[in-house]
Amino acid sequence: MMTTLVARRVARVSPARVGAVIGRNVGALRSGPAYWIVLVSGFFEPLLYLLSIGVGVGALVGDLTVAGRTMSYAAFVAPAMLAVSAMSGALSETTFNVFFKLKYMKTYEAVLATPVRPVEIAFGELVWATVRGSLYTGIFLGIMVALGLATVGGALAAFPATVLVSLAFGAVGLAISTLMRGWQDFDLMTTGQFALFLFSGTFSPVQNYPVWMEVLIQVTPLYHAVELVRGLCLSTYEPGLAGHAAYLIAMVTAGLWFAARRMEKLLCR
Amino acid sequence: MSWHVAEQPLIFARDLVKRFGDFTAVKGIDVEVAPGEAFGFLGPNGAGKSSTMRMISCVSAPTSGELRILGMDPVRDGTRIRARLGVCPQLDNLDPDLSVRENLTTYARYFGLSRAEGRRRADELLEFVQLSDRAGSMVEPLSGGMKRRLTIARAMINEPDIVLLDEPTTGLDPQARHLLWERLFRLKQRGTTLVLTTHYMDEAEQLCDRLVVMDGGKIVAEGSPRSLIETYSTAEVVELRFPDGLDSNADYAAKLDGIGERVDPLPDRVLLYADDGDAAVAAVHGRGLVPSSVLVRRATLEDVFLHLTGRTLVD
Repeated sequence: MMTTLVARRVARVSPARVGAVIGRNVGALRSGPAYWIVLVSGFFEPLLYLLSIGVGVGALVGDLTVAGRTMSYAAFVAPAMLAVSAMSGALSETTFNVFFKLKYMKTYEAVLATPVRPVEIAFGELVWATVRGSLYTGIFLGIMVALGLATVGGALAAFPATVLVSLAFGAVGLAISTLMRGWQDFDLMTTGQFALFLFSGTFSPVQNYPVWMEVLIQVTPLYHAVELVRGLCLSTYEPGLAGHAAYLIAMVTAGLWFAARRMEKLLCR
Repeated sequence: MSWHVAEQPLIFARDLVKRFGDFTAVKGIDVEVAPGEAFGFLGPNGAGKSSTMRMISCVSAPTSGELRILGMDPVRDGTRIRARLGVCPQLDNLDPDLSVRENLTTYARYFGLSRAEGRRRADELLEFVQLSDRAGSMVEPLSGGMKRRLTIARAMINEPDIVLLDEPTTGLDPQARHLLWERLFRLKQRGTTLVLTTHYMDEAEQLCDRLVVMDGGKIVAEGSPRSLIETYSTAEVVELRFPDGLDSNADYAAKLDGIGERVDPLPDRVLLYADDGDAAVAAVHGRGLVPSSVLVRRATLEDVFLHLTGRTLVD
């Protein structure tokens, strides 16, 4: 049902107009240093966690055995930080930046006076957010390979998965942006994001938690992102990966559908 | 009966209504705008001008009634119609992350123009609105008048059939307003159809061939500026001030009753509507009244406007 609704909207989407929405962001990037600072600073957080916790705390923890495989603690944490960098890159683009354009800069009001439609804005911003997230994960994978935390083959297999993670969180971020009332709501979001970051099988296997917590975690999105990316990084292919991917694809569809509808409601009153 | 395509109205509205929840912003208006015309919506704040403009610019769907823009249905063909409209909104929504020139070239891309064509038109339009020397500047340091000119240039990037201007000169200083009027007049001379809203009467008189006065969501008068003055006002207006005016102007109005066609006491002065102002002044003196100042002037659209929409302040 929802898929057909999305399909109907997508059918009329013009790639040229989506491209123009993306082009605006490329233009903003060229125009000054402000956007670059945002871009670069967003990259470092997961990397710093990898070095401090993965490598530093990892020296105390020693090796880890998960699902019958033994690995260094850093090798366990690194794919999770990779998934986190995809999440935070895409999410901060479609929340902070999109919200600002939606609410304060009135950028989209100007755009909607042209042939561009709300769904095309949603697509364009999502693609751009995914480019940003994937730029982070591409560099991050390079660092992982350099530190011996992933093989080249594992990195190549994981990269498309990180693109999917960016798409999923970017789409949900778009939806969240259309619901935000003001900046105070961002505190709520960052707290939620931090909770996901801590508990989603990032720093310890979810099996370590009580069963109720484990189940709860398995409902939340970052867990699926981490499991998918980790499985591909470590080349432990198992049927469960398809389930994780399906969860993320559902996020993309639902997020986009909701965001496009809400944008139309907000801007085309 | 012969029928010409050229005579088909560019904008056609019948019984157009816009409701937001319980509030009805536009209460059933009829409008027709012909090609090449400069058409104005006049009215106080809250009269429904901007809601009407948003429906015409195909970003807001009518609640009921019929609306055709360029012969198309704005709900079904919104994308195709917007491709041929130029919109200059009331509040500037230029992109502060882009340079002056990039604001135009980026906008050109939304209309599907090639990069090269976008650059060519951007340079041409910057020339037209006299901003060529600021092409590389960011938007923020520009003055209000410059921003407004840039917004108008942006509205013209797709060489539109209709340019919609929502209060184009509100908040600008006199120099900036006159420069803008002059540019808009040139546009009109090129045959571009202009539709604008304003609450400045001088602006409406300068720019509009025809206008409607809106009040409370309805159209209360329609015509050319001249015909509106002829219909709703006398040819001349006498402004009288009395030495002990202010609180006693109502009393003076009573004493002036019968001179001219209408007497309108304001807090600071009394207006006498008469076709012959000098004769009216003579009649005032004939009744033994001695105003401290007398001004005889031609009636303006402002007199019509205040007569039709009342003097109560609307916020």
